[in-house]
Amino acid sequence: MKSAVVQLPGLNRDRDMIAALTKISGKAPITVWQTETDIADDVDLIVIPGGFSYGDYLRCGAIAARMPIMQAIKDKAEKGVKVLGVCNGFQILVEAGMLPGALMRNSSLKFVCKEVKLEVVNAETDFTRAYEKGQVIRCPVAHHDGNYFVDSETLAGMEDRGEVVFRYADGTNPNGSMNDIAGVMNSRGNVLGMMPHPENLIEMAHGGSDGRGIFASALDVIAATA
Amino acid sequence: MTIPNSIAITPELVASHGLRPDEYQRILDLIGREPTFTELGIFSAMWNEHCSYKSSKRWLRTLPTKGPRVVQGPGENAGVVDIDDGDVVVFKMESHNHPSYIEPYQGAATGVGGILRDVFTMGARPIAAMNALRFGAPDHPKTKHLVSGVVAGVGGYGNSFGVPTVGGEVEFDPRYNGNILVNAFAAGLAKSDGIFLSQAKGVGLPVVYLGAKTGRDGVGGATMASAEFDESIEEKRPTVQVGDPFTEKCLLEACLELMATGAVIAIQDMGAAGLTCSAVEMGAKGDLGIELNLDQVPVREDRMTAYEMMLSESQERMLMVLQPEKEEVAKAIFVKWGLDFAIVGKTTDDLRFRILHQGEEVANLPIKELGDQAPEYDRPWVQSTARAALPASQVEAPSDYNDALLKLVGSANQSSRRWVWEQYDTLIQGNSLQRPGGDAGVVRIEHHPTKALAFSSDVTPRYVEADPFEGGKQAVAECWRNIVATGAEPLAATDNLNFGNPEKPEIMGQLVGAIKGIGEACKALDFPIVSGNVSLYNETNGVAILPTPTIAGVGLLPDWQKMAKIGSAKDGDKLIMIGTDGSHLGSSIYLRDILGRIDGPAPEVDLKAERRNGDFVRSTIRNGQVTACHDISSGGLALALVEMAMASGKGMKITLTDKRGPAHALLFGEDQARYVIAVPADLANFVQANAENAGVPFRALGTVSGDRVIVDTLIDVGVADLSKAHEAWFPAFMN
Repeated sequence: MKSAVVQLPGLNRDRDMIAALTKISGKAPITVWQTETDIADDVDLIVIPGGFSYGDYLRCGAIAARMPIMQAIKDKAEKGVKVLGVCNGFQILVEAGMLPGALMRNSSLKFVCKEVKLEVVNAETDFTRAYEKGQVIRCPVAHHDGNYFVDSETLAGMEDRGEVVFRYADGTNPNGSMNDIAGVMNSRGNVLGMMPHPENLIEMAHGGSDGRGIFASALDVIAATA
Repeated sequence: MTIPNSIAITPELVASHGLRPDEYQRILDLIGREPTFTELGIFSAMWNEHCSYKSSKRWLRTLPTKGPRVVQGPGENAGVVDIDDGDVVVFKMESHNHPSYIEPYQGAATGVGGILRDVFTMGARPIAAMNALRFGAPDHPKTKHLVSGVVAGVGGYGNSFGVPTVGGEVEFDPRYNGNILVNAFAAGLAKSDGIFLSQAKGVGLPVVYLGAKTGRDGVGGATMASAEFDESIEEKRPTVQVGDPFTEKCLLEACLELMATGAVIAIQDMGAAGLTCSAVEMGAKGDLGIELNLDQVPVREDRMTAYEMMLSESQERMLMVLQPEKEEVAKAIFVKWGLDFAIVGKTTDDLRFRILHQGEEVANLPIKELGDQAPEYDRPWVQSTARAALPASQVEAPSDYNDALLKLVGSANQSSRRWVWEQYDTLIQGNSLQRPGGDAGVVRIEHHPTKALAFSSDVTPRYVEADPFEGGKQAVAECWRNIVATGAEPLAATDNLNFGNPEKPEIMGQLVGAIKGIGEACKALDFPIVSGNVSLYNETNGVAILPTPTIAGVGLLPDWQKMAKIGSAKDGDKLIMIGTDGSHLGSSIYLRDILGRIDGPAPEVDLKAERRNGDFVRSTIRNGQVTACHDISSGGLALALVEMAMASGKGMKITLTDKRGPAHALLFGEDQARYVIAVPADLANFVQANAENAGVPFRALGTVSGDRVIVDTLIDVGVADLSKAHEAWFPAFMN
């Protein structure tokens, strides 16, 4: 499996993501810059990491979603390549129309960085098969705008089809997201967006490795990292 | 159109630039003519207290700044310390007090931005930040607004830039009602052969302007920071700069990319007094003149005068001297990151600082003298009056120890700071091993299997007020101790000296006493000062802040798997106090917050004991014999124990047999050089025997067990109740 990490001005968890992908797959991802218009054919997983693209001075992710690289990512997604957006990456995918809904300011109106609990709602996806359905994992969050909203009709369909992949569990919803939603995927099941940062909980130094499963699943190296 | 430089220089104009008549005479003597308006601005920027250290320089020189690991001491953008394997840590702390009071969000944000820039200007990627914040009384009408704005500003900048905030302090005291303190620390990592300095080299080389455009924000900011406040404070709002962390993040990446190409000869960030200070610094250090053509400076506002451009404190800007043949490479990197890149001048061999604007020479000054000939004062000072001794027998014991303890852990100053640090990204970069809430922040070194750095920032202003010398010593000792409590070896420190008006002999006496104390402690602990900052005139309507010399230190852990934490004790572990029994209640938290008295001397710091006890604790941690460790500071043994209990969620049963002195002194005394360690039960005798052999005083305290903190028949309180009180204060205050 070959992975790629997207780099844009203002993203700042790209190095964390590169480290996580390298440690888990044993292979460093390639990096692609915002102005590139193509991504190598052998890339199986494209990751848009977290940060503050273009300072988040407009709606979070709105400017990044309009950069040339996004068309290339859309094209790849349509061909079935896996796309993972974490935090600002999730916001960018939503702004690019690749995932439904919107991410509003946290209900506290404050940036929040803490550990929360996540319920794996759907363990039959390319990103979650390392987990059990209903498993509750630890995961840190660090964001100002993670309050997920989508119209009720769309939401009902998403819930029915298992497109809500992660939910904040045990009363740890840090941002007021509807239905405690922490991560959603598209109908095809190859594009996942999530606010929490699994890349910051993958080894002993992080105090746990609950986040590994997402990368192990997406990189198809579950056995190797179990 | 031409913008005039011909404003008449009047005594009023000179005074409004913060220059005294004798200082103005010095300028006349130096240049042999009346300065132009722009030149007057340049002098006022270079000669104010903030940039020239004219009141403190004489005393700062007495601080120890050298050591076997010191690569670069004070005088550059930040200090540089060797951490083995060709790695160096680059760090500094700097205040942004005055702007943060006027406009808390932007003041704090640009304070963080400024210190980060100081670090990456030297070629280091920032890996950790801390913030020491001091506010007025919680019930003062401005306090909530200031806390809310400062915390949001610190987070807003640091989170977006992408550096983990791993430690700091937040304190309240009515003495900061009119002047809050925002002291920002940053540390970065570089290779020892990849350090960049501000000294220009070579004649006729391009001086390049990089980063954001120049606007009118911050014009005169450094001069503002060198004056007292009064009711006209609101008028000063336009002197506060506006931060743009996105541009700074791009500037970081662009600078590191450019440095890797070998194009950079010298680099200086534009901080206080912007273009003026940075250009003079680069030229003066390199024994070169600098000629700037302001028509080339990227501006974001129309019709800016030379005066405004030279004094603007617009953020996220850099000045560099580049290898001419690498100009195109450099430009391409900056275009990629969407930043301005302009050649605005050149180095010359005439040692003049010449400024051209619209075909006119608006300034022509001797560059060396601008910095070197700044006035330096030996200001009169008086030693602070020593406070009478306050034996424990003259301090009443609490009527109920449980109530006293619950009150302390839930008080404004001893309660949990979670509300604050959950607004900071403490995890980014994936290397944070210890986050806020413990003794020190710990960050592992990327690409090294075992190495990590510990960071702590400390000062106890009430001690410094009671006794500047002992208080100065204590600030250093506590910082050193917090680093030791993780198992790290303290390497070096940065000082951020916040005081009132140095023209008052009693304030100057506090500054002198504190610096002497800091110097003595740094020498005794081999903990040199490698960078720093002085913030004076922290007064409003004649009332000064508590003297607050913040010390931020860095320590090295060769193997982070062996580090100690505050909350990792296990059931059945034995608790041992290292150091002597508590006896000193003067200037203590117990006296102030339980009995409502501000009285008595500061505790004395026995630096020999500090070092001996600390060395013992560190070696015991490194031998793998310690499961948890915490230093004893404000609130004494009792507070240290309950802080360990709350952090681990475990109770403890303590027996104070063979009491020497009254129990309330034993429990709340703030004697120095002390720690609590938890050790596995089967090692307790061995560790105690080692302590005895090393001549280290200790006391066996008891056992980690259950879910209550029990001390003889005095204290019996549930850990959950303590935590509830501890966590409740801040959110309730801010609601």
